[in-house]
Amino acid sequence: METTVAEKYRTVIGLEFHVQLLTESKMFCRCSAQYAANPPNTVVCPVCLGLPGALPVINEKVIECIVMTGMALNCNIPEFAKFDRKNYPYPDLPKGYQISQYDLPFCVAGSLELDEEDGGRTIGITRVHQEEDTAKSTHVTAPSGERYSLVDFNRSGVPLMEVVTEPDVASPEEAAALGRKLRQIVRYLGISTGNMEDGAMRCDANISVWPADAPTGNIKVEVKNMNSFRAVERALFFEQERQTRILESGADTRVTETRGWVETTGETVSQRIKEAAHDYRYFPEPDLPPLQLTQDWIETVRASLPELPAAKKQRFMAEYDLSAYDAGLLTQSRDLAAYFEAASDRAKNAKAVANWMSRNLLRRLNESDTEITECRISPEALAEMITLIESGEISNRMAQEVFDQMFDTGKSAPAIVKEQGLAQISDESELEGIVAQVIAENPAAVQDFNQGKKRAIGFLVGQVMKATRGKANPGIVNQKLQEQLRQS
Amino acid sequence: MRRYNQFEATKGKRAVKDSDHTTTITRADVQHVANLARLALSAEEEERFQHQLSAVFEHFQKLSDLDTEQIPPTAQVIPLTNVMRPDAVEPSLPEQDVLANAPDREGDQFRVRAILEF
Repeated sequence: METTVAEKYRTVIGLEFHVQLLTESKMFCRCSAQYAANPPNTVVCPVCLGLPGALPVINEKVIECIVMTGMALNCNIPEFAKFDRKNYPYPDLPKGYQISQYDLPFCVAGSLELDEEDGGRTIGITRVHQEEDTAKSTHVTAPSGERYSLVDFNRSGVPLMEVVTEPDVASPEEAAALGRKLRQIVRYLGISTGNMEDGAMRCDANISVWPADAPTGNIKVEVKNMNSFRAVERALFFEQERQTRILESGADTRVTETRGWVETTGETVSQRIKEAAHDYRYFPEPDLPPLQLTQDWIETVRASLPELPAAKKQRFMAEYDLSAYDAGLLTQSRDLAAYFEAASDRAKNAKAVANWMSRNLLRRLNESDTEITECRISPEALAEMITLIESGEISNRMAQEVFDQMFDTGKSAPAIVKEQGLAQISDESELEGIVAQVIAENPAAVQDFNQGKKRAIGFLVGQVMKATRGKANPGIVNQKLQEQLRQS
Repeated sequence: MRRYNQFEATKGKRAVKDSDHTTTITRADVQHVANLARLALSAEEEERFQHQLSAVFEHFQKLSDLDTEQIPPTAQVIPLTNVMRPDAVEPSLPEQDVLANAPDREGDQFRVRAILEF
């Protein structure tokens, strides 16, 4: 049997995520961490400018944030951790080194389980360590052709957490799914915006392709510059194909290097041959005493963890009897899940709330690029609308119209129903009259029905609906039609 | 602190060891470190620094004479832990102070020579 190219090779991917933490002040100084909201070089001080003699002091909130993340990723939290200097010369790194962590990070040996629809595999988390962000440089070419760079130090020293996975990721799709999962977790924890577009979350990927029956070699390509999870998937797919083609050619000419993703061309381009890790000449940061975490403190942080996405999804399935799909959809963010729970408490029919949210609300939110927190329909208002459907005051069909108007105007369902006379006609005597009239006007259909063509009743229901402009209660119409046809 | 010894790794990488063995730091070590520090050294400087750095390195090698069998490794000599501050913002430097020592500026930004990626 012939094997396909895809079967002949396996892909090995390891990911590194950088996540900016949502603190008030920077990692090692008291400057505001709101680097983008302030004009260039206005939230800087001797510490984050790297001026001689300035001493860093650890922001305690950062330690709490990273330990929470480690717990959410099932990591061990060692009681002893320290910071190290990572040395490299670059204008956006004023000290000539970045304060990072080398051999004793805050979180080690964790795991993250992917959703069933993403393959359901568990990916190992090697470590989560804490470091500081660099300044931002802008490259300029003057009209004269002279090239230079401008540096804004506002971002210098903003707390940056790095999550490193084991090389367990086996496909570009899985890499993107893992990134989305991690983003969901940091958002649940409230420790980062997790936005890829503005650099609050960044992803670098190490990828190599090997013959399926051969061991993993020591060449790997680091891919950078992806600013969305879709870009992560596309870049890794490109790189997977590129490496497979090289292997297929018979001569493995790959080298360990860094390649940048170019969104516009859909390609990766070689940037530099990678420096080995020891070239950073790590050594312990002498300006920062190490951290000795007590079990008491660790347990206090653990107790403060919110319910995490995986647990919430399971609970929604058990408590509200939702499908895995709906539960996943409604727990994608904490705000959405809170909305669902608030509406369900009020409506007493969680299934209906889930359906309205997944089929209508999420679609309208996406189409209008609106956050659930800005939605004009409150959870209570959605519950009220569902109650109107259940009491028979409006039909499901009319509810669609009511819902859209609620979404657009923020008015309540009863107000819309009243204003536009949308209330369902459930009054039996009123419907009996209309049914009698429809039967009298459509002798052919009645004859068909009497001759055994049961489907003719559908036509007659349609005629009643037409006569009532869709407001007749279809259940009652059906019942009355059956009764009157039997009598005729 | 053996694991932080930057010279160890480069030694392993070299295919051929220096034949003279008069210095612990080789010419290749000097070139490697100079490259990492983005320093362009002349041949004469490489030679001079090879000997100077070797002397410094050998001086510190004296530490190896100590018996540290019973002493646990440490990254810190000051008996302090958990020195932290609350997450609160304080005013930053006035803008004119920030850029006071800038070699060059454009608007509110530091202007530097073009940064090349590779």
